[in-house]
Amino acid sequence: MVAGLLLGGFYAAVSLGVSLIFGLLDIANIAQPAFVILGSYAAYVMNSAFGFDPILSGLLFTPVFFVLGAVVYRVYYESFERRGEESLRGLVFFFGLLFIMEVSLSLAFGVDYRLLQTAYTSKSIDLGGGVGIAFRYLVPCVVGLAMTLALYLFLGRTFYGRAIMAVSQDRLALRLMGADPVQIKTIAFGVGIAAASLGGALLISIAPVIPSTDRDYIGRMFAITVLGGMGSIGGTLVAAVILGVSESLMSTFFGPSWSLAVSFGLLLTVLAVRPAGLFGR
Amino acid sequence: MRRAGVPLLVGLVVVAAGIVLAMVRVNPYIYFAGCVVLQYVVIATAWNILGGYAGYVNFGTPAFFAMGAYTAVFLIQSMRAPLPVLLVAGGLVAALLGLGIGYLTLRLRGVFFSIATLALSVVLQTMIMNWEYVGGSRGMSVLRPSGPPFGSYVTFLFTVMVGLAVIAVLVARFIERSWIGRGLAALRDNEEAAECMGVPTLRLKLFATTVSGFLLGVAGAPFPYYVTFVEPNSAFALDYAVNALAMPMIGGTTSWVGPVIGAVLLGTAQQLATVTISSEMNLFIVGVVLVAFVVLAPEGILGLVRRLRGR
Repeated sequence: MVAGLLLGGFYAAVSLGVSLIFGLLDIANIAQPAFVILGSYAAYVMNSAFGFDPILSGLLFTPVFFVLGAVVYRVYYESFERRGEESLRGLVFFFGLLFIMEVSLSLAFGVDYRLLQTAYTSKSIDLGGGVGIAFRYLVPCVVGLAMTLALYLFLGRTFYGRAIMAVSQDRLALRLMGADPVQIKTIAFGVGIAAASLGGALLISIAPVIPSTDRDYIGRMFAITVLGGMGSIGGTLVAAVILGVSESLMSTFFGPSWSLAVSFGLLLTVLAVRPAGLFGR
Repeated sequence: MRRAGVPLLVGLVVVAAGIVLAMVRVNPYIYFAGCVVLQYVVIATAWNILGGYAGYVNFGTPAFFAMGAYTAVFLIQSMRAPLPVLLVAGGLVAALLGLGIGYLTLRLRGVFFSIATLALSVVLQTMIMNWEYVGGSRGMSVLRPSGPPFGSYVTFLFTVMVGLAVIAVLVARFIERSWIGRGLAALRDNEEAAECMGVPTLRLKLFATTVSGFLLGVAGAPFPYYVTFVEPNSAFALDYAVNALAMPMIGGTTSWVGPVIGAVLLGTAQQLATVTISSEMNLFIVGVVLVAFVVLAPEGILGLVRRLRGR
């Protein structure tokens, strides 16, 4: 139960990018999990080469990922959105991108499991009665909460954040106000991908990663985003905690091989019953 | 009636050519590779009935394919059923799944539909992995039945695959030319408008998902016999999802010729790349080619040809 709550905080961290890009910008970026895995490997390389802490390197890589995201969005915009055929072909574009990244990573690093050990990973707080909180889960959860808060403040308080909210609601009005929707969307996409860098760094300190781990996270991320109500940052956090708890309950009672089915089952149910999600508009 | 007879005749000629080719007995690997390419012809064509004609992008191809494969495994395990039974049963089970997916389209459109199909694939994979009777996560080896009707078993399978590919293409061509194809095209372009114009969109969508599912299942049914070892990770491989998408996209999605061109080109290229370079490299190539085509030539090879002719 406690593990599930902590897992939820971490899931929020990896899902924020999808929530921003898919929920607010309405761009079906299913390559997001691959960016997360890319972040994991970036953290891995930095750690094995210079001994950097994964969270530090995750932060260091955010500008790189921001630029990467901005470039990807520009390509997407030029080739699909401007021609008005974003839905079908754009989806295929991101699917291809996911595949390219996954295969490139397995060509570069092989298919062995990689895991980062830090000074705090093996420690834990003992709450008494056999219940302990492992730092391995606590740290990513705290970082996840911090990211959620940061993004929430960014969207609500800053100029660019408000512009992103505006672009998701009414593009024309934004253009009339003298702001360029494409530029705003580029920034938002970049921020979303940058969040993946940090999410990936957290991921590799929680669990071993192989290039094809992204497939497991597609379902989780989209389940959380849809359940949370498409672009609602608070909803994302709540949904992430729900998923984390139900996954850890499932794996306690039925065995870990079933835990993956939880997210997808949840996703299918939500899509079929209430597509607007818990906190949908 | 004569106009309907011509494609049927062409189909028969292709089957005959396949049988002759099976008689020639070159290197057995060629037949194996041929089976894979033909299997992709069926998969790409089946995907295109839903994805290309109706505009519903299915990421769950592996689910349907594996349903066919695992129905076959189950029937082989329980009663050593003959191949024709496997084909029909595999197809029917996958068709049922397709029908279910069809009802999902009532609530889900566009991106949501695609994600739901992807989700379906993972859920089914988890179920199969926990089902020990068909091998669970370790997989299980399947013995080929002794004494095929003619030739060696590989050449026999090759002929069967030729037949399946021809049937799939004929079905797709029939759908495309009939009122069903026009109805699907209408709902692809604008579902609300089509509904308002009196196109029975739900019935058409159910038809498209069911037929597409059936053909994907049929493509999967012979899988246990030609790889002789079935495990969830290979039967549910994401490769099928990417290839099923990439092939019609490369060839051109609006016509039955497109998936065939795409499957033959990409399928052959992949077989060559697997032999000469590495199997990971070949997937990399598929990804790059896919992205290049959707960005640069959204209409596929058919679109390029049309543009050249237009000039």
